[in-house]
Amino acid sequence: MAEPQESDAQARSSIGSSELSTIATLRRGVELSPELRRGLGLTIVLAMIAAIGRVVIPFAVQQTIDRGILAPGGPDLDFVWMAIVAAAVTVGLTSIAQFFVNVRLFTAAESGLASLRNTAFRHIHNLSVLTQNTERRGSLVSRVTSDVDTISNFVQFGGLMLLISSAQIVVASLVMLFYSPLLTLVVYLCLLPLVLLVRRFQPMLGRAYGLVRVRVGDMLGAISESIVGAVAIRAYGVEERTAGRLDTTIEAHRKSAVKAQTRSVAAFTSGIVFTGLTTIVVLVVGTVMVTRDMLQPGELIAFLFLVQLFAQPVLMATEILNELQNAIAGWRRVIGVIDTPADVADPGGSGVVLPRGPITVDFDSVGYEYQAGKPVLFDVNLTIPPRTKVAIVGQTGSGKTTLAKLLTRLMDPSAGTVRLDGQDLRHIAFESLRSRVVMVPQEGFLFDQSLVDNIRFGRPDASDSDIDLALTELGLDAWVAGLPHGLATQVGQRGESLSAGERQLVAIARAYLADPDLLVLDEATSAVDPGTEVRIQRALEGLTTGRTSVAIAHRLSTAQAADVVVVVDKGEIVEVGPHADLVDAGGVYTRMFASWANQQEGV
Amino acid sequence: MTAARPVQPPKPDAAILREGLGIVWSGMRQEKRMITIAVIGAALWAAATVATSMAIGYITENIITPAAASGDVTGAALWSIFGLLGAILVANALGVILRRVWAVMAGFNLQASYRRRVTRQYLRLPLTWHHRHPSGQLLSNAHADIEATWMVFNPLPMAIGVIFMLAIAGTQMFFVDPTLALIGLLVFPLLFAANLVFQRYMSPRVTAAQQLRAQVSEVAHESFEAGLVVKALGREREEAARFDAATYALRDSMIRVGRTRGVFEPVIEAIPTLGTLAVLGVGTARVASGDLVAADVVEIAYLFSILAFPVRALGWVLAELPRTVVGHRRVSSVLQAQGSMEYGDVALAASGPARSESRNIEFGYQEYAAPEELGSRVVTTEKPGDVVPAIRGVHLDIPAGSTTALVGPTGSGKSTLSNIVVRLVDPDAGVVSLDGLDLRSIKQGGVTDAVALVAQQTFMFDGTVRDNVDLGLGMSDDEVSRALAIAHADEFVEQLPDGMDTEIGERGGSLSGGQRQRVALARAVARSPRMLVLDDATSAVDPKIEQDILASLRDSASGTTVLVIAYRMATVRLADRIVYMEDGAIQDEGSHKELMGRCTGYADLVSAYAREAAARAAIAADEEESHG
Repeated sequence: MAEPQESDAQARSSIGSSELSTIATLRRGVELSPELRRGLGLTIVLAMIAAIGRVVIPFAVQQTIDRGILAPGGPDLDFVWMAIVAAAVTVGLTSIAQFFVNVRLFTAAESGLASLRNTAFRHIHNLSVLTQNTERRGSLVSRVTSDVDTISNFVQFGGLMLLISSAQIVVASLVMLFYSPLLTLVVYLCLLPLVLLVRRFQPMLGRAYGLVRVRVGDMLGAISESIVGAVAIRAYGVEERTAGRLDTTIEAHRKSAVKAQTRSVAAFTSGIVFTGLTTIVVLVVGTVMVTRDMLQPGELIAFLFLVQLFAQPVLMATEILNELQNAIAGWRRVIGVIDTPADVADPGGSGVVLPRGPITVDFDSVGYEYQAGKPVLFDVNLTIPPRTKVAIVGQTGSGKTTLAKLLTRLMDPSAGTVRLDGQDLRHIAFESLRSRVVMVPQEGFLFDQSLVDNIRFGRPDASDSDIDLALTELGLDAWVAGLPHGLATQVGQRGESLSAGERQLVAIARAYLADPDLLVLDEATSAVDPGTEVRIQRALEGLTTGRTSVAIAHRLSTAQAADVVVVVDKGEIVEVGPHADLVDAGGVYTRMFASWANQQEGV
Repeated sequence: MTAARPVQPPKPDAAILREGLGIVWSGMRQEKRMITIAVIGAALWAAATVATSMAIGYITENIITPAAASGDVTGAALWSIFGLLGAILVANALGVILRRVWAVMAGFNLQASYRRRVTRQYLRLPLTWHHRHPSGQLLSNAHADIEATWMVFNPLPMAIGVIFMLAIAGTQMFFVDPTLALIGLLVFPLLFAANLVFQRYMSPRVTAAQQLRAQVSEVAHESFEAGLVVKALGREREEAARFDAATYALRDSMIRVGRTRGVFEPVIEAIPTLGTLAVLGVGTARVASGDLVAADVVEIAYLFSILAFPVRALGWVLAELPRTVVGHRRVSSVLQAQGSMEYGDVALAASGPARSESRNIEFGYQEYAAPEELGSRVVTTEKPGDVVPAIRGVHLDIPAGSTTALVGPTGSGKSTLSNIVVRLVDPDAGVVSLDGLDLRSIKQGGVTDAVALVAQQTFMFDGTVRDNVDLGLGMSDDEVSRALAIAHADEFVEQLPDGMDTEIGERGGSLSGGQRQRVALARAVARSPRMLVLDDATSAVDPKIEQDILASLRDSASGTTVLVIAYRMATVRLADRIVYMEDGAIQDEGSHKELMGRCTGYADLVSAYAREAAARAAIAADEEESHG
């Protein structure tokens, strides 16, 4: 399905939906959720039995009219009662079959979709887009929520109806054939144009619903801007402008939704028209057949019931197939994310497990580009011997953070190799890598939990006394004691009830608790006051003694304290050496340090 | 991790039904024209549906039976079948179109109009209100809850049509045969009652599933937002386990829904079928006794079969009502929220540096209140949490044209105070004034015209760089360029594919943190504000660039009062006066020299690096000595 909107969205989120056809999407979907297929055969058999229940009535009606009411020699009451009791028993049995169809279908669908969600969720954590493109996580969330919900809604309601409707079509066709093959042919001929029409409607509807999804996304974006940007909006008094933007997206969404619904009404109405026409044609042809003794009047009436029973599921099926397009669009998006190769995947069983101990790091001709042809880092060669404290300095945008992300394998280099103890980073088991290498990012995310739960995130099995000890060693005990409920303080969504600096303190406590062999600090203390920063630096030095550490810092006091300073400029390493050597070398670092020292003057 | 919220979904009892119908009625009145057309369509459809069965009964009696008897049928008779049923079919199709299209329009119009009203509230309500409500909840109020409220408009017109249909069919059955009609009188109320019981069992289960669905979404959202930390600490497996637990709970809940549906659906389908069989039995007896002809029995049996399915639309409406009620209550709690900022009508001077004074300022944060319980009757009253004092009795004078630095340790209340000074929030007690005028007496937009704040965490709108700098003021290229140059953003903006017209994506996603800060600075500078408040606004910028920015600010901001919050000494040193804060209170103020001499907290804070460097130098010297 060629959807310009979809490809737009794709360009924006860089993970699009798959390009598979409807059938291929279904096939791949079932492959990813094998539970959907499990026991499907029996469910179909049960659905056929359930459908028989619905066809029993016209059969009973016909039998009652022809052999009961119009029986030669007056109405045959005994026969009528017998037919009714038999029909009632059949209805009871088929109801039981229908119960099992419901339960089996829900169980299969929900189990299958739960697996699909979990697979997608786990996979997304392996995609570097999650850690790189921090601002576009919302679209990834929808892949494991609303997109799967669309499929779930379809499978539960549409899927059940589709199953029973198909069974009903088959059973009704068989009974119609039994009454009159000629009239059955008439019914099929009359409904053929409908089938062709539905095939034309479907892509149209698919596009319309695709557009609605895009519009919902735009609208949610605008609404969330008015919520998350509350401060900026008030600080600049741009309420009216924001309201204007909101109204535009709300109106665009309304229009697209009405348009899609109108199209689906058009499809539904054409179904009504064609089944109505079929009834008329059957009556006309049937009456002629009655005059030629090819059909009993009762049979014709029964046949009319059957047309109704045949047309109802056909109508239902057209409606469901429209919804199917919606579900397929959701499925494509989920499959799109799952089939995006995991660029930073765990090597799995073949992964190397490194023994613990001081780490050596090698960068071998490493390059990285976020966009093809625009490298942000090139030909980086660097060896960090074990037990070395390294400081990486450079201007904003020089590639420092990229270097840190490559070192911790938050992403893989576009060229060259990063090695830990001589082992290619890509071959090291995640479990082993993460226990040895920990990074403290500039903005450490806090979960909507208590402070102690957030600190324990660094090492889930840490005891309360481990945490107390870590806080004491970091000199953070006084800060914690000053919080309203100490360690039990709830930090709020994203830790919003703490200040930016306080959130950094939590991130450092986490890393401290994790006790890694290589600690990478990405401007981890940029938002705390100098007194606290110095205290933390001291504590971290204690932690990193005898280990390898890499710190990215604006404050060149960190560089002064390091064993080796690495100066990055415009994507290249321009200087490497101890502070004492570089400070008078007359290069980039000399200028940076002079400027920094200048700022510290007068204290 | 958000704990599962205890939810008591409302059962569809009489009170809920009444409330739900009240909401539906108010919606119908708001969209009177659309709904009238939809109801006319529904009536047309109902009449056409019943007419179909009457026509078939008529055709059986007057055309088919004679044709069977005579063995012949005229062309005219066949054409009359075509004409009669064809006309009814056209009416039916027209009815369906009117009913569905106009009902859909009414529903989406209502959704759109409530979305406009809710988002207006978001823009109007004060920041303190925003702080009390998690953003996820607000997003869902404006989207999912509004959808839930008006979803009922999808099945509603069909249900109204069914009521018409039952009235017409009931009357018709009575005319054909009152005895058979009695069966109808038994069957349809039974069907309705079964639907009611079904909804009573079903809706709490559906609501529970809905809650679990929201929880799956919350876990995913949080986990992806935490993506970097999860990866950096290798917690993927634990996160996957957390997500699995949420999805499995949802799965089990949905299977319970399926089981309930599995019990009721066949029962509800069987009732009209059994009714049809009863009609046949009783009908045959009455044909035998000569009270009825076969065609009458056929007609009523046919009526039953066409009513069986549409009658369920009544059940769909009943099923939607609890959701409607819950959605509406949640939306109403936003629409009825009070506490907008009050504005006066005083205008400030248009130019020249502003003077800010704060007297006896007290301010406390409310701790996060427990999330409002879904479906609880009282949603408009908010349980206030504990108040944590953040600012205690502060006096702060910022003379016109001065540069004042606000210094203090992490968490001392500097940002809170700056938000109060620019009236992002009103203090709990005390008065803040600008040019001697109480901020609350100044007309709306007056303060923001005079004062620009660059917050610690910058916010970028989805749009171009230019949009983000001028924010709809319609500035010239020159003005925007100048602002970008002052903020040292000109260089990187020029290198963007479309310069200042480059789209920067949601939240400015394609820019780095330092770049966003510089655009935010340009945004503030571009307004030539009479007072500029920089809340640690250069923390993500390199020291050298920061230095340059501050220098150009000083050159360009001659007519501006500046309040700056910073840790960097160079920034602090630019100030004429320094105010030192600790623990929500001002400890001291004066020049750098004065504070160094008498305020130990300040001296400790700003000399931390120097002392550190000195200590290191001493250690290095020691080592050298011992080695030497």
